[in-house]
Amino acid sequence: MIVAATIRLQREPFDAAAETAALTRGRTDIGAVVAFTGICRGSEDGAPIAALTLEHYPGMAEAEIARHVEEAQRRWSLLGVTVIHRYGRIEPGQPIVLVLTASSHRHDAFAAAEFLMDYLKTRAPFWKQVEAAGGTAWVDARQSDDSAAARWQAAPARRRDAAE
Amino acid sequence: MKLLYFAWVRERIGKPQEEVELPAGIATVGDLMAWLARRGDEYAHAFENPKVIRAAIDRAHVRPDAAIAGAREIAFFPPMTGG
Repeated sequence: MIVAATIRLQREPFDAAAETAALTRGRTDIGAVVAFTGICRGSEDGAPIAALTLEHYPGMAEAEIARHVEEAQRRWSLLGVTVIHRYGRIEPGQPIVLVLTASSHRHDAFAAAEFLMDYLKTRAPFWKQVEAAGGTAWVDARQSDDSAAARWQAAPARRRDAAE
Repeated sequence: MKLLYFAWVRERIGKPQEEVELPAGIATVGDLMAWLARRGDEYAHAFENPKVIRAAIDRAHVRPDAAIAGAREIAFFPPMTGG
């Protein structure tokens, strides 16, 4: 069963606790929720920053996130998924991205949340620009993020039984 | 055909999108990048290292050898840094 997922792109901050409550409200089948929040750090490569500005490709960003949510739903037994990604100017301490995964047991929720974050980092069309005292600069992609995403291709997918 | 540019590709070219009429013989995304790079200094700057530029056809990632026939919208951008 592929359950409906909530995918939102927004300029405004989000409330991770409220989103978790919304995902689990009235449900007694969910035994685990993993919530990952990515937050804007106050420094980049050791230098203080004033803010990050996230640019995105409207239309493709939603589609690309949906493709990876569907892939996560094929690989793991998920009872709910929420992905919220912000764009625009975000100051240090403010949230950037939220991934919620719900399952009956913790393993699937943990694995799916990590999978989704690894793919958001390398495949979702967002670009971060750093605003600092010396001006603005685009953040370079990290090799470590590519490696993190690549390991999911090497790992055999855990397919569910057709009867499930 | 509609072309879109993001992040520093957009900044170097100086516009977020444009409509172009492609000459015959441009078959792949790689061909299109090479053709764009010859359109002016700003394009040459944006595509000076085509290996780092990523592309999408109709909002799905593609490799440089992807055929562009039938594409409505092609986007060029640097490696992504979301999340």
